[in-house]
Amino acid sequence: MQKKIFGNKKMIADIILIAAVLIIALSVFLIVELSRKEGAFVRVSVNGERVAEYSLSVDGEYSLNGGTNILVIENGEAYIKWADCPRQICVKDGKISRTGERITCLENRVVVEVFGKGDEILEV
Amino acid sequence: MNNTKKLTTLSLLISVAMVLSYIESLIPAFVAVPGVKVGLSNIATVFALYTLGAPGAVAVSVIRVFLSSLLFGNFAMMIYSLAGAALALTFMILIKATGLFSEVGVSVIGGIMHNAGQIIAAAFMMENSGIVSYLVPLVISGTIAGVAVGLISALLIKRIGGHMKNI
Repeated sequence: MQKKIFGNKKMIADIILIAAVLIIALSVFLIVELSRKEGAFVRVSVNGERVAEYSLSVDGEYSLNGGTNILVIENGEAYIKWADCPRQICVKDGKISRTGERITCLENRVVVEVFGKGDEILEV
Repeated sequence: MNNTKKLTTLSLLISVAMVLSYIESLIPAFVAVPGVKVGLSNIATVFALYTLGAPGAVAVSVIRVFLSSLLFGNFAMMIYSLAGAALALTFMILIKATGLFSEVGVSVIGGIMHNAGQIIAAAFMMENSGIVSYLVPLVISGTIAGVAVGLISALLIKRIGGHMKNI
């Protein structure tokens, strides 16, 4: 007796399981996205330690972590213009401007995250 | 299966898993997005889970991660992968034990939990909980990859799984 692989009743259970997981993931994603507000400044962390905060209303170009990444702020949006790592993931991440959005460079352990007004800890 | 045969079978599955993860690392499309992996080597883990049981799956997965990181990766990659493998194995063994789901369901949960484990480990290592926002795209990619891996594993288990008991 060969066990059927396709079309048995476990397949229905699988589909329910997959659908449930996807629905949970999508609802979390939507809730997080809809709760984002216009950001006021970005905080730069290296190795989990806050090193700088830059206002999003002031255009500028900043060298991060001793030059491993270059952060640009332009028209209220922040992006990484250049990175010394081979994969360039943080550069491809594009522009961020809303609270909670972030750019992460795993190689250099640099994180740039947008915060709203009033969350400042360091001097901007 | 006696001990020698078991050892040989395990070694064979581990080598298959290592070759699969090496092949995957060579295909650029699979690594374009950070953390998104098809997890081809999970085929060997799922196969081991159904033919050799939970201890076999644990051995194949953990030794594969250890050897692959040692040969092609670095220490951070080993920590992330081990966390992913531990979480994936726990959930796959539990999901299989319920008896409700097929290889596809088991492998989808494995794929998602592997990604989740890696993200959680990264969040701890970088002391930055915000990396968790990567979780959603990884859940979706883990699901798609899990379905593919599950279907391949199901076919393999059906075609050659039975012979594993006779060798």
